[in-house]
Formats: sequence, structure tokens, C-alpha cells
Amino acid sequence: MTVLGALIPVSLFLGGLGLAAFIWCLKSRQFDDLEGDQHRALFRDTVEHSKNQE
Amino acid sequence: MAFDRHTHLDRVDLLVPGMTCAGCMSKVERCLSSCAGVAAARANLSAHTVSAEIDPERTDPEALVTALSSAGYDARPYDPSLHGMSAGEKIGRGLLLRIGVAGFAAMNVMILSISVWSGAEGSTRDLLHWISGLIALPAVVYAGQPFFQSAFKALTARRLNMDVPISLAVILAAANSVAETLRSGPQAYFDAAVMLLFFLLIGRYLEHRTRASARSAAAELMAMTGRTALRVLPDGAREIVAINALQTGMTVEIAPGERIPADGTLISGQTEIDRSLITGESLPELAAVGAEVHAGMLNLTGAVQLRVTATSDDTLLAEIARMVDAAERGRGRLDRLADRAARVYVPVVHLLAATAFVGWYAAQGDAHAALQIAVAVLIVTCPCALALAVPTVHTIASARLFKQGIFLKDGSELERLANVDMVVFDKTGTLTSAEPDLVEAPEAHDPAWPAAAALAAASRHPLSRTIAREAKHLGITPAPVTKLVEHPGFGVEGELEGQTVRLGRTGWASDTDGPGVALSFADKIAHFHFGETLRHNAQETCDELAERGLDLAILSGDQAGAVRSVANATGIETAKAAMLPADKLAWLEARRSEGRRVLMVGDGLNDSPALAAAHCSISPASASDVAKTAAGFVFTSDGLGAVADAHAVARLARRRMLQSFGIAAVYNAIAIPMAMAGLITPLIAACAMSGSSILVILNALRLRGRS
Repeated sequence: MTVLGALIPVSLFLGGLGLAAFIWCLKSRQFDDLEGDQHRALFRDTVEHSKNQE
Repeated sequence: MAFDRHTHLDRVDLLVPGMTCAGCMSKVERCLSSCAGVAAARANLSAHTVSAEIDPERTDPEALVTALSSAGYDARPYDPSLHGMSAGEKIGRGLLLRIGVAGFAAMNVMILSISVWSGAEGSTRDLLHWISGLIALPAVVYAGQPFFQSAFKALTARRLNMDVPISLAVILAAANSVAETLRSGPQAYFDAAVMLLFFLLIGRYLEHRTRASARSAAAELMAMTGRTALRVLPDGAREIVAINALQTGMTVEIAPGERIPADGTLISGQTEIDRSLITGESLPELAAVGAEVHAGMLNLTGAVQLRVTATSDDTLLAEIARMVDAAERGRGRLDRLADRAARVYVPVVHLLAATAFVGWYAAQGDAHAALQIAVAVLIVTCPCALALAVPTVHTIASARLFKQGIFLKDGSELERLANVDMVVFDKTGTLTSAEPDLVEAPEAHDPAWPAAAALAAASRHPLSRTIAREAKHLGITPAPVTKLVEHPGFGVEGELEGQTVRLGRTGWASDTDGPGVALSFADKIAHFHFGETLRHNAQETCDELAERGLDLAILSGDQAGAVRSVANATGIETAKAAMLPADKLAWLEARRSEGRRVLMVGDGLNDSPALAAAHCSISPASASDVAKTAAGFVFTSDGLGAVADAHAVARLARRRMLQSFGIAAVYNAIAIPMAMAGLITPLIAACAMSGSSILVILNALRLRGRS
């Protein structure tokens, strides 16, 4: 059962990593407009980028 | 167009109600980004809003509104913090965060629990229980907040809601598991507690999302107010003032095409007023000095001055808004299906758990074992499936309606729509097209058309606009008419090749009186006749609804003759004409007291109180903003078929919901006796709970239909 001593921290760490990634997505407002974002991937978003480069 | 880092940028938020598809979204963003002084623009399709970063020295919100309106989108600036939209977003994000935490805890505790179930014993089992507890307890405390708070609120108000048994089951499961771990017992329910929360939070989040759209509709209504008026000072000077700064006795000037800012009496000028906002009357009325006009009506043809007699809160518009508000609150008392279920379910379940405890204690005299069984009963009966049944069905049904161009304000509207037994239509703009149609006009190559097109383009009168639209449709180039003058109540006059041309009332433009509109040019007379045409699919929809056993009726503010002909065309027998907003409301109240559940379909501001008071209501997208806000559903399609479609989907959704309740009942019928007999172990509880929840979700998914 000593293997548990290694496996439990590993699984907790991986799960925690997932949770941290989720919280990061949430904080960077990636869940605010699910409807719009599903289409946004299909657009050529030249507008915003060209603006910022100018 | 450079924006260096030091330029101070302002954030502007705009509501764009017409932005409903992905194409619109990119069009709106491109339109704003190409405006001078705009650094970036990002639209939110779910909330119908766009926020832009602007350089306040080079542009302002008004310029953005103008740019959007020339691209074909109505836009209004709004303050997100004012309309509770940012608060709603925050709640949504908070719920998602809790789902994340509960999901993380559920997965990790489940891994540990599987080790326990597969045979861990002694100190290993205790260690696994301890670790589970360390993960689960903080997760329960954090992720359970929404349920604990709502349950506490209900209990302090001496009511029972679904969150009471949920909170009790979760807290008892966690507390009992801690006790079991302390005494090295085998039965810990940490996994059940967090998994319950995970499933329930998903349901809660879905519910929140269907409600978010209702909030943005309310914000759209509030954005309507707060415009400005042109005040005429005693010395004749003009001054722009905010509408809420107007006081009785002030004089304001209203240009053609503007909405009237306050109730008042005309003191100079003559014009035609579009009263449809209040009366639903399709054609404008002539208003001369001394005429009473109300805020919100549209000034069509002439500049007038108005002495203000009632402002903001005292206007007829505000009174209608109050009627809408009161009617809506009255309707809020109606029960939602899930709440009704909860009121029966909760006491029964708690009674059963108590019985189990007393029974086992009496039989064996072991308080601890008896408590274990009572807790098991509470855990397996936790209304997880019941709490998921409603939000999943609502979410999927509203997504399906969305695809058909029907927007749903609140999930509970679906429940109401499913059990209506009577459909009441408004006439103008609902059963018929909003604008009059040409039924008789000169041939396309007739020389009358170029002159008519030029004259019609100069007026805002609905009949003129219909002629202008038809001319454009026929590809006619307007004649070079000069000296255009509009005579309110009569028509438009101009000069073409040295001769006077007139388009207007038959008796004015020609020598003989008659119906319709006449055009006199070069000693010739051409006639245009108008009529109301039924909305696309109106007749089929009425037939279909009648076939489903619903009674149909028409309530209109228009005159009896016009109402009669539409009633005949659609085969509706009950038709009431010349109804004021309060009459419609009273008529609906009378039906309600007879026990009828009425679906109101209407579009005008004059329908709004009725829309809000009816059991359920639908508005076309062309409706006034107030009507759309008062209605439970809004459809964007041209035809009336959306009403029948929405009704069909609502009935289907209701059937799915009842099926889901059935699944939950069957599950309980098996699980409760087992739990009371002391046969439930943590493993069985975990399987049963997630199994029933997944069944309910799958059942709701069947509603999606074939696409």
C-alpha cells in the first residue's frame, strides 16, 4: 500500500492543475459569451489585430 | 490611426438588441472598429451588447450609435452596473467556479472511494477516509453556499423549497462521514456529498443562464428612457434638456420624426401623430392646436410646440409601465412545477427518514446504527434528479426554440405556454403586417410612379412610406420634384416641370372625394388604395391552434370594421374592437377569474399590460420594446407560425419534464425502501444517484429533435 503514498499526491496535483487552469479561464472571461465565441473561431479576426498593430 | 499607450481610453457599453447571429456580431464589431477614435470593439452575442474602447477626444457614444444605425443596427448606450447585468455575470461566474471546485473534489474523492470499495481495510481505509474528508469538507463548505443560503432564506420565511432537503442531505452526509471516520467506521459518504453538489450546481447554472436573457430584455426597456427634449425658453431661445428635467408648464418643440417627450397640449403648429403606441390604431391622426398628446407617441409630419402637462412619472407611458409591472407581479404568484413538487416531496422524505430512525432505534436500541440508516435515506432521496429535471429541459427547449427564431425570457414561461387553453391575438402588427399594403396602384411603367416616388419620399406618413417602398421595389427613379411642402392631414405638395403635383387625401389631391390616396400631376389623377394584409401563415396558424383545442379571440384597439374583416379572414369568432389598454387588461382578468389560461399574442405598447397579465405571452420582434419586455416569448420570423411552433415545443417540454419526474419517482420507489431496510451502502448510493441524474439529463436531451 506504500504506492498510495505516491499516487494520491500525484492525482491531487494533476486534479489541482486542472482546477487552476479552469479558474484561469474563468478569470480571463472566457466563459462570458459562449454563444459568440463558438462562432468567433470561424472568423478571420483581422479587425482587432490590425488595429493593435498600427 | 494610431493609439499609443498614453492615450486615455474610455469604455463605452452599447446594447444592440438586433445582434442575434454570428454574422451580425462580426458586422457590428467591424463597423465600430472602422469608426474614427475607436481602439477596439468586442461584442457579446449572448447578452446582445458590445463594448468599445474609445478615445474620448476623438469620438463619443452618440457617434457610435449613429455608425451602428447606418449599418442597420439599433443601439443604445447603457451602464452595465446600473441594470444588474454585471451582477448577473458575476453570479454566473461564481456558479461556474463552484462547479469547478465541486468537480475537482468529486473526481478526487471518487478515486479514493473506489480504493475503499475495492477492499481497503483498517488503517489504510481510515487514511483514505481522512484524505477524502480533507478534500470534501472545504469543497462542501464552498460549493454548497448557494443551496445553504437559499435554504436558510426559505426557512426563516417559514417556507420549504427544494434547497432545504438538499442542504440537509449534504450537511448530514458530511457530518456523519466525519463521525464515522473518527471512529474508524466503514461507511463514509464524502463522495456522495460532493457529487450531489456537482450535479446540482450544473442544474443551478443552467437555470441562471436561461434567466440571464430576461435581464438583458429589462435593461433594454430601461435604456429607452433618458433621452433629451428641445425646450423653448420664454425669450424664444432653444435649449436641450434631459427629459427628466422637464416640468409642467414648460414649452418644448418637437421636430417631425421625433417621439413626444411628455404629456401635453399642442400650442402651435399642426401635425399628424402616430398614436399606435397607446391605441394600436394603424393610421395616424391629425393633431392641431389644443390637441392632447401623450409621451411616447410619434410626431410624423410637422414641427409643433407643446405645453407640458405631465412629466416622466405622471405620463400615460409611465402609467402603462406601472400597469405592466403590477400585472407581472400578480402573475409571479403562479406556481412553478418544480416548487409544487418540492412542497409535497420534502415533508414526505423527512418524515420517512425520521420513521427509519425511530423504527430502527426501537427495534435494535442502537442510536448510531439508526442514525446511519436515517442519513442514508436522506442521501438517496436528495432530489438531485428532481432538481435537474426542470433546468435541463428548459435549457434544451430554449436552445431548440432559439434555432427556430423564438427567444424565451424565462424557463417557467415554457410551463405556462404548455397548459394554455385560449389564445388571444392583437390585430394590427400581430395578425396583420405592421404596415399597410398597397392593394391597388398604377402599373409599374405608369408615368405617375416617378412623381409619386419623389413626393412619398418626403413624408413620414405610413401610407407615403408604403408607396416609397413599393416604388423602390419596382426600381423607379424619383422625378426631380422641387419645393416639397407637407400639409399635415392632407398630403405632400411639390413642383414638377413648372406644375404643381400633389400626393395625398383623395379630396385634396383631386376634385372628387373618395377612399385611398390620389396623385395629381400634369392634369392627370392616379389612385392608390391600401389594405391590411394578414401576416404570413396567420390563417394556417389559427387553424392549427383551433385544431389543438384552443379557443381563439381577437382584442384590438382598432375600429370594428377593420377588426371584423380580419376576424372573418382568420375564422376567429370572438373579436372585440376599440379596446383601450385597460379594457384588454380587464377582459383578460375576467377570463382568468373564469379559470381560463390565456396566451396573449400582441405587439403594441397598448398590449403590454395584457401581455404581462396573461398566463403566457408572445410578441413579434417588430413589437414595441415595452411589449417585448412584457412578453414571455419573442419571435423573429415573419410568419405567425412561430406561435404554433412555440406551443408545440412547450407541450413536448412539459411531457419530457413529467417523464423526468416519473424517472425520479421510480428511482425513489426503489431506493427509499432499500435505504429504510438498511441495505444502502455508500457504493450503492453513489451509483444510484449519478445513474438517476444521468437518466434525467439524457431524457431532456431527446428534446433536441432531429436537425
